[in-house]
Amino acid sequence: MERRIQWVLIVVFVLGLAACAAPPPKEDAGAAADAGAAAGVDQGADQRQGADLGTGFQGHPLDDPASPLSKRVFYFELDSSQLSEEDREIINAHAKYLAEHPEVNVVIEGHADERGSREYNMALGERRALTVRQLILVQGVGQQQIQYISFGEERPVALGHDDSAWGLNRRAELLYSGY
Amino acid sequence: MLGRMLSALFVAIVLVMPARAELTIQISEGVEGSLPIAVVPFGFEGRGAAPADIAAIVAADLRRSGRFQPLPREDMVGEPHEAQQVNFQSWRAVGTDNVVVGKLRALADGSYQVQFQLLDALRGKQLAGYSIPSRPDQLRQTAHQISDIIYETLTGQRGAFDTFIAYVVATGKGTDKATHRLAVADADGYGEQTILESTQPVMSPAWAPDGKRLAYVSFNKGRPAVYVQNVVTQEVRVVAEYPGLNNAPAWSPDGKRLALTLSKDGNPEIYVVDMATLRLQRITRHYAIDTEPAWAADGRELFFTSDRGGSPQIYRVRLDASGAATRPQRLTFEGRYNARASVSPDGKHIAVVHGADGKYRIAVQELNTGILRVLTDARLDESPSFAPNGAMIIYATEENGRGVLAAVSIDGRSHQRLSLQSGDVREPAWSPFKRL
Repeated sequence: MERRIQWVLIVVFVLGLAACAAPPPKEDAGAAADAGAAAGVDQGADQRQGADLGTGFQGHPLDDPASPLSKRVFYFELDSSQLSEEDREIINAHAKYLAEHPEVNVVIEGHADERGSREYNMALGERRALTVRQLILVQGVGQQQIQYISFGEERPVALGHDDSAWGLNRRAELLYSGY
Repeated sequence: MLGRMLSALFVAIVLVMPARAELTIQISEGVEGSLPIAVVPFGFEGRGAAPADIAAIVAADLRRSGRFQPLPREDMVGEPHEAQQVNFQSWRAVGTDNVVVGKLRALADGSYQVQFQLLDALRGKQLAGYSIPSRPDQLRQTAHQISDIIYETLTGQRGAFDTFIAYVVATGKGTDKATHRLAVADADGYGEQTILESTQPVMSPAWAPDGKRLAYVSFNKGRPAVYVQNVVTQEVRVVAEYPGLNNAPAWSPDGKRLALTLSKDGNPEIYVVDMATLRLQRITRHYAIDTEPAWAADGRELFFTSDRGGSPQIYRVRLDASGAATRPQRLTFEGRYNARASVSPDGKHIAVVHGADGKYRIAVQELNTGILRVLTDARLDESPSFAPNGAMIIYATEENGRGVLAAVSIDGRSHQRLSLQSGDVREPAWSPFKRL
């Protein structure tokens, strides 16, 4: 069963890659009609068509923009490793997903803004990563599923030297392998 | 006098720029009360042009210290190369207390003899005179040695010009071409040599007391580990590669131990590694962040940053003969943030990153009195490191969105910037004195 899930994941992943690699071909009504003619369908008979009623999101839950799992970056206040209530709920959803999928691994990266000393920021980044990890572990996720690392202030996402850049850099990121 | 002061203010010394990126030094503030001195261009006995302008290198060194005010060449009264040629009265007339004269002689075997004399223009006598053998690739070093002799003769304090700085240069930040380079240069920024280059973060260089090895943190395996590299032979040794943080290495004064931060037991704690056996001794036990260890000058105390009191502050433990630590004592109380202590060579002061009013600046605290003085006035200053003579502190700051190095005299009166042509320069570490 697990193996099947893995295969499904791989297929979804490969399809996703293909979709990324080239824009999907436009629906060609003429080609569909030709195909019908070739199959010997009576052109004068009733034309039945399916209506698109929507099927909901078909891809992987991690790709679903409506799923809480799509949020994988969490921000912190200055010199703090406290998560907001909203982020705690989202992390709980990740924990639930990981507990249900013991074959899925995740890396938690902790980061800090550039202010203050570099080595203290390295420790602060680790504390942020550990806060997220602890929240996930209490949901029964296996320790072996989670790795964590701090990059301190060494890997900023925003390069400015102001409050808005600093706010974006004080973060923890959940990195699913393959995502 | 006014003219001289003005010329000392905002003087930019940009020496000839070689092809390789070099640090240039800009003196942003002059110092009132610094000693006027004339370093007369050296004579050259040899074929062609002189291979180095020794006098210019010496004058730049002395100016950088903040203790001297070298006379501009256009104001010089004559160009003597030895004491007998010096008309003391005319030098006194342009306000010069001391005159340095000398010459560079090319020898038949391709080496050089550099001769100089330091003269007291007021008393008309020689204070120091030396003849130093040198080689073509050593002439800058010889000039720095001359600066050291002049500095020590006139101030009574050992000079630190013939030393090195190590630092990290980051380029391509935020792109997929990010590189981190660990470099070593002369204390005046010349002669930069790369000793490590990585696409992953490199941080926290720390000189061993022998002045030949550097400890640093590299993420080259995807995780932080502490390495010790011999700068000359390139020989590298892994010192700590545990789960979690392996950070903030600091050499004991005897060079036999390395204090560092490990989080293998759950959160950042200070440990001491015996360099012979790599055995660990744990120093701190607290659920707070404990990091950035620094040794007292006598090797029997460790300073470190901890937020056990709610915000980062400097603490100190004493180590007994077995290496076990006493209960930590808090040392800093002024301001919300005091971190990354660097201990002065005489053990009497610590320099820290001091955060207050949203600004992070370099401050010095006297250990006896607890009095803290803020030395700098930017908002993103970090990584203070003392010169081996304790007269200056080099540190990292931000200028026009770029990381640059700066230095400040211990009294806060003399400031200067050192900046590379590109990239963010950070985490300077001033080397110990060279061993003879």
